Amino acid sequence: MTEHFSRPLLELSQVSIEFKTPKGLFKALDNVNLKIADGEFVSLIGHSGCGKSTVLNIVAGLLKATSGGVVLDGREVNEPGPERAVVFQNHSLLPWLTAYENVELAVKRVFKGKKTKAEMHEWIEHNLKLVHMEHALHKRPDEISGGMKQRVGIARALAMQPQVLLMDEPFGALDALTRAHLQDSLMEIQRTLKNTVIMITHDVDEAVLLSDRIVMMTNGPSATIGEILKIDLQRPRSRLELADDTHYNHLRHEVLAFLYEKQRKVEDFAQHAKKKNDTNAETQPRLKVVS
Amino acid sequence: MTTALPTRLNPFREFDARVWSLAILKGVALPVVGIGMFLLIWHLVSGSIQTSLGQFPGPVQVQEQVKNLYVEFLEEKQREVEFYERQQKRIDARLKVEPDFKAEIRPYTGKPTFVQQIFTSLVTVFSGFFLAALVAIPLGIAIGLSASLYTAVNPVIQLFKPVSPLAWLPLVTMVVSALYTTADGSLPKSFVTSAITVMLCCIWPTVINTAVGVTSVSKDLLNVSCVLRLNWIEHIQKIVLPSAVPMIFTGLRLSLSTAWMVLIAAEMLAQNPGLGKFVWDEFQNGSSNSLGRIMVAVLTIGLIGFLLDRSMLWLQRRVSWDKNAITR
Ligand SMILES: Nc1ncnc2c1ncn2[C@@H]1O[C@H](COP(=O)(O)OP(=O)(O)OP(=O)(O)O)[C@@H](O)[C@H]1O
Ligand SMILES: [Mg+2]
Repeated sequence: MTEHFSRPLLELSQVSIEFKTPKGLFKALDNVNLKIADGEFVSLIGHSGCGKSTVLNIVAGLLKATSGGVVLDGREVNEPGPERAVVFQNHSLLPWLTAYENVELAVKRVFKGKKTKAEMHEWIEHNLKLVHMEHALHKRPDEISGGMKQRVGIARALAMQPQVLLMDEPFGALDALTRAHLQDSLMEIQRTLKNTVIMITHDVDEAVLLSDRIVMMTNGPSATIGEILKIDLQRPRSRLELADDTHYNHLRHEVLAFLYEKQRKVEDFAQHAKKKNDTNAETQPRLKVVS
Repeated sequence: MTTALPTRLNPFREFDARVWSLAILKGVALPVVGIGMFLLIWHLVSGSIQTSLGQFPGPVQVQEQVKNLYVEFLEEKQREVEFYERQQKRIDARLKVEPDFKAEIRPYTGKPTFVQQIFTSLVTVFSGFFLAALVAIPLGIAIGLSASLYTAVNPVIQLFKPVSPLAWLPLVTMVVSALYTTADGSLPKSFVTSAITVMLCCIWPTVINTAVGVTSVSKDLLNVSCVLRLNWIEHIQKIVLPSAVPMIFTGLRLSLSTAWMVLIAAEMLAQNPGLGKFVWDEFQNGSSNSLGRIMVAVLTIGLIGFLLDRSMLWLQRRVSWDKNAITR
């Protein structure tokens, strides 16, 4: 919505990437172009293996584009950094540190010399409170549930005060109820902080509920952006009210149509059939040997 | 391992007492039966083995030798006390005549007792083990971090890993005599030789396990380190070392048991006054009691090895964050 009249905060231009594999070069992404405005919440959706994580990792600086590049706030991205904090799919907390210490590690790195000890302490607690983890500050990851770990992961990323928050299927490993709770928490946080967010998801409802725009990717290899859907639903959004909203259902339908009609995964069936043949091919010679 | 439900939550509370007493019975009774069987077989077999030093010692003879060794230890202690008392008396007498006489107390130099030999062995094994850990952990971290260093060092490790202490010992002895001159006599040469041999033999498990621990740091945590832009010192200190701690401990445990095993052979040959020398001396001595006394040493070596392993396990449990990595 804002992208037309303000300079984009983040810009991906003609991003392509090739991976070296034993079978030769594999072109995962081809010519990905995307502009994201300050404060925008963008979801990336697409079939498994299409290259969503690859896009995110290029923005994070963890992977380097073969051609094209990423510009954040006028500067080219060429290495990872805390201004592009990442929330990983499987929390990736340091298992030997408590929730507090995990956030502290990030805060100490980012605010060394900028905040006093007391300020840091307050900031760590503040961020853990944002994700409703104040009751388990001193618990270690193996003592808390999956949802709580993910909350701490989000707190750690938020505490870095990133320019862009990158989330790779942050709620993918959670059960539906916990996921709904965390989505609500995230919306609540977003209302006050107005972070710029790129979130990968497999969940159509989650994408529609949270996003300002949904970026839909075509299937790989050489995946690129297929369509971009603007989600012009009013905020704050409530999942209960939206359930009966015709516009919401229309948007949802758009995404589903893209995924299951335009980008249907025919490959799955093809691979399945091939596997069957392979096993047949394997068993036949064995029978011959026996006879 | 089974964890018991708290009684309050246990729906089978009535059966609890019975289940528990059965478990305890099993946990205690079976090992007792096992040990009993072993003693019986030992007793029967030893009776039918005749050596040039008499009958092979059975449990009864060994138990007598335990008593003998204990009595010898007490007697030696007594002699030591008396030695110092005599000395003190002489000094006191002299002081009465000559008030400005500077007393010099000579240390007691008796024959080392079995207990002292155990103590010497422990000191030697820990010295070798600590030397090994001091080299092995940094080396393991270095080769774990750098794939090229690993490729370079790996053939050397594989080459030296299977070498027995007996092969090292002559070389170590010569090198120690050439380079280490005990002018002050603080550390006897035999001790240094044994400790270094132990170190050379027990260094490898820690090197290898540390390297494996470092290379298997989760990709996610490495990404976290990148995103936080940790410099290499912080990276090692905050991410690599803690991740590798469970594996480092696995390596240290293996190293300590290797060290203890190797030590006895090293002491035998280096004549370091520990359990190895005790076994060797008894063997050379060749009295009718010798075999029994050697058997006491064998059992002691086993028991101490077991206790060393348990204490490492205990330490690992205390220090390591990954409670699942520890089996038994
Ligand atoms: N380091 C790599 N080397 C080779 N191929 C890679 C590498 N990383 C990703 N790929 C390939 O690139 C493609 C895109 O991978 P990516 O992980 O980005 O998919 P994704 O959309 O995130 O999938 P998912 O939804 O399952 O997480 C896949 O075909 C994958 O096999
Ligand atoms: Mg992915």
